[in-house]
Amino acid sequence: MTRQSQYCTFQLGPLFLGVEVAKVQEVIRHQQITRVPLAPPEMRGLVNLRGQIVMAIDLRRRFEMPDRAATQLPTNVVLRTDDGAVSLLVDEIGDVLTVAEDLFEPSPETLRGIARELVRGVYKLRSQLLLILDTEKVMQIPAQATVRTH
Amino acid sequence: MSDLDDVVKEFLVESHENLDRLDRELVALEKDPTSRETLGSIFRTIHTIKGTCGFLGFGKLESVAHVGENLLSRLRDGHLSLDAERTSALLAMVDAVRTMLSSIESSGTDGEQEYKTLIETLSRLQEKKAAAEVPPATTATLSAGTGSAPPEAEPAAAAAAASAGVTETTIRVDVGLLDKLMNLVGELVLARNQILQLTGSQKDPTLLGTTQRLNLITSELQEGVMKTRMQPIGNVWSRFPRVVRDLAISCGKKVRIEMEGNETDLDRTIIEAIKDPLTHLVRNSVDHGIETPDVRTKNRKPAEGRLLLRAYHEGGQVIIDIVDDGGGIDPEKVKRKAVERGLITPAQAQRMGDRDAVNLIFLPGFSTAERVSNISGRGVGMDVVKTNIEKIGGSIDIQSKPNEGTTVKIKIPLTLAIIPALIVTCAGDKYAIPQVSLLELLRLEGEHARKGIEFIHGTPVYRLRGRLLPLVSLSRELGLSDGTFPSANAHGECEAVNIVVLQADDRTFGLVVDGINDTEEIVVKPLGKQLRAITVYAGATIRGDGRVALILDVMGIAQRGGVISESRERTPQELEAEAENTQTTVHTLLLCSAGDKRRFAIPLSHVARLEEIQTSDVESAGGIEAVQYRGQIMPLIRLSSFLGCESAPDGDLLQVVVYSRGDRSIGLVVESILDIVEETLAVRGRAFRRGMIGTAVVQGKATELIDIESVISSIDPTFLGECAAVAVGP
Repeated sequence: MTRQSQYCTFQLGPLFLGVEVAKVQEVIRHQQITRVPLAPPEMRGLVNLRGQIVMAIDLRRRFEMPDRAATQLPTNVVLRTDDGAVSLLVDEIGDVLTVAEDLFEPSPETLRGIARELVRGVYKLRSQLLLILDTEKVMQIPAQATVRTH
Repeated sequence: MSDLDDVVKEFLVESHENLDRLDRELVALEKDPTSRETLGSIFRTIHTIKGTCGFLGFGKLESVAHVGENLLSRLRDGHLSLDAERTSALLAMVDAVRTMLSSIESSGTDGEQEYKTLIETLSRLQEKKAAAEVPPATTATLSAGTGSAPPEAEPAAAAAAASAGVTETTIRVDVGLLDKLMNLVGELVLARNQILQLTGSQKDPTLLGTTQRLNLITSELQEGVMKTRMQPIGNVWSRFPRVVRDLAISCGKKVRIEMEGNETDLDRTIIEAIKDPLTHLVRNSVDHGIETPDVRTKNRKPAEGRLLLRAYHEGGQVIIDIVDDGGGIDPEKVKRKAVERGLITPAQAQRMGDRDAVNLIFLPGFSTAERVSNISGRGVGMDVVKTNIEKIGGSIDIQSKPNEGTTVKIKIPLTLAIIPALIVTCAGDKYAIPQVSLLELLRLEGEHARKGIEFIHGTPVYRLRGRLLPLVSLSRELGLSDGTFPSANAHGECEAVNIVVLQADDRTFGLVVDGINDTEEIVVKPLGKQLRAITVYAGATIRGDGRVALILDVMGIAQRGGVISESRERTPQELEAEAENTQTTVHTLLLCSAGDKRRFAIPLSHVARLEEIQTSDVESAGGIEAVQYRGQIMPLIRLSSFLGCESAPDGDLLQVVVYSRGDRSIGLVVESILDIVEETLAVRGRAFRRGMIGTAVVQGKATELIDIESVISSIDPTFLGECAAVAVGP
C-alpha cells in the first residue's frame, strides 16, 4: 500500500488548491477585516479570531488574480505558522481529501509566473488536478517600497 | 532543573533572594560597621544557607558558608570590626555561594571548583587580626575556645520567629500563571467594553445596574492583577551598591550611592527591560561621571562622589533619575567628537544648544571616553540604552552642567499590557493613539477651519497660541487620501478640522484626523512579523465591538510625516515653549547678536519665524537685498549696517528674523541667534538712536532692545502703513 497524505482543499478562481491538514488550525466563515494602510495589497488586513489578532492574506491577490465580486465573501483558512496564526482568504472551502503519494508530481517546467513560485506540486486526481500550495512562499510577501507621499 | 525535588528548588529560590539582600547589607555595613542589626541579619542569612545545605548534603557549599558564618559571628559579637578587606572577603564568599547555587541549579551538585583560598582567607581574617585588634586577648581566645555554637542558637530562633510572620501573609506564585491571569483579564476588559456598548442603548434598570457592577468589578480586578505583577524597583536596584562599590574600587574612586523611592512599583516586564539600561547608566556615572578623589578635591568637591538613584510616579509614568555630582559632560567636547565622527556637520554643531549637544551621546557610534575602559566607553552603549528604553515606550533625557554633575531622566510607563488610548477615525477606520503622547485636542469649525490652517510652501501649519504647529494628515500619511489638505475639504464644503496635538520625542505636532471618538483602555497586542516593518503601527487591539483597530506609533508617524528629521534640530519655537512653561507676565525675548558682539533683544511676539537663508539665494531688487520667501519677495534689512556697526563677513547661511504683517514679511539679518529668554523688562537707558527702545539687562548683560517697527519703517515706510490700511480696509 502506498503512503497517503491528507489535504484541506479549497477553490480559488479556476484553481483547486490544497494545504496539508496538519498546517490548518481552523476554517472560519468570513470575518470583518480591518485594513492595514501601507501594507502590501496582498495583506487584506487583520481579523479578530477569538481575541487573537490574525493577518489575512488574500490568496487571489497573491496569485495575481482579479478580486472577487463584492457580494462574494471569502472564507478564512487559518494556518499555524512559527510566527502565530495567519489566515488565507479563499473563494470556497472544499473537503479534506486523502490522496495517495504516488499521484504526486512536481509542477511542470512550463508552469510560469507566480503559480510556479507558489505551487509545490500537483496530485493527479481522477476528476481534476489538486495543486499543493507552498505555504512558506505564500507568507513571503515581497516587501514593497512604500511610496512616500512627499 | 526538572530532576530537582521541590525542597532543593525552594532552597534555591530562597537563597537567591537572600544573597541579593546580602550584597546590599554588606555594603551598607561597610559604611556603618557598628550596626549590630545589619550584622545580625547577615549572620542569620548565612546561617540559614549553611544549615539548609548541610541538610541537603551540599558539603562544599556548607564549608564555605561555615567559615563565613564564623567570621560573621565574631564580627557580630564585637570581637572584630569590619574593614574593607573583611568586606571584600565576605563579598567573595557571597559570590562563591552564588556560583555554587547556580551549579546546583544546572547540574544538581555544588560544582567541581575548590574554594581553598577563600576559606583560608576567611579563617585568617577571623584569627590573625582578631588578636591584633581586640585589646583583651583573653576574651578572644576564650570565645574562640567556646566555639560558635551558643551564640548561634539565639539569632536562629529570632530569625524563625521573624520569618513566621512573613510566610503566613505571602505565597510564591509562578510568573507564568500571573501572565496568564493578565491575559485573561485583558480579554475580560474587552468583553466588559463590549457589554458596555451593547447596554448603552438599553433601558432595563436591572441590566444597567448589573452592567455597572460588572464594570466596577472588572476595573478593580484588572488593577488587582496588575498589582500582582508589580515589583518594587528596589529589586533591580538592590544589586547596584555592590556594582558601584566594585567599580569604584577598580577605578580608584570613592562613590557613595543613595537610593530614593525603592518601593516604587513597576510591571515585571518593565523591570526586566530596564535592568540592563539602568546598570549601564550607573556604570557610566561611576566610570565617566564621577572624578577621582584628587580631581574632586582640586575642584573643591568632597572626595567622595555621590550617585543618587531616585524613582517616583508622575502623571501615570514612572520617572527614574540617575544623578551624579561628577564632572558633567562638556557640550563642546561632545560636539567636537560628533563632528569628528561625522555624526553632525560643523555648521550644525555651531548652532546647537548645550542641551542638544549633550543628548548627542545617544547617537549610534558615539563615545566621549578618552580612554576606553573595560566597563564602558566603546561607543556601543548609550544608543542601545536609548533604544531599549524607547522600546518599552519610555524616553530618556540627559542634563549636565560641567563640574556640577549629570542627571539622566528616564520616563517609563507603568505597564505595557493595558494602556489608555484615544480612538480616532480616519477614512472610515478607527485607530488608537496611546494617551502618553497626547497633549491636547483641537477642533476648528466653520470659518476657523478654512482660515486657521496656513501653508508654508504647501506645508500646513496651525498657529497654536502664537507658535507654529506643523500639521500632519493621518489619511495622507497612511496613503488613504490623495494628499489634498485638509482632507475635510475634500467634499468642497468646509467641515470641522480635528487636530490631535501629539508629542514625539521633544517635538510637538498636530495630527489631522477625520474624527475624534473616545478614550478607551486597550489591550496591546503585537503585530505579526509581516507588519512589523511598517513603523507607523505600534500594535493592534480589539475594540468593544470585536473589530480590530491598529495602534498608531506616534514616533513612526512623526518620522514619516517628516516632523522629526535626522538631525533632530530643535526650532526656536520649541526652545521658547520650554521657557514659556513657567509664567506669562514676563516678556519672551529673542536674543541675537550683530556687529561687534553687541547683544540685541527683540520681543518674540514680534517675530513670525526664524529662518536660515542661503547667502547665495539673496537677490537684489530695487537696490534692496531681498529673498524669495513663501512665494513673495521679502526685503532684508541687515541689522549691523542699520545700526552702523561693523559686520562680520557672510557665512553660507544668513540668520534671518522674519517679521510679518498681514501677508507681507520683512527679514532682519542678524549675525547669530543667541537664545530665547524670559525677562521682566526694566528698560534702563533711554533710547539714544533710532530703532532702539532702550537698554536693559538681560541675562546679566547689557542688551539693546530693538524697536522693530521703527527699524522697518525707516527702510520701507510703506510697509506698516499699507498693512494697516489692509487691516482696516473692507
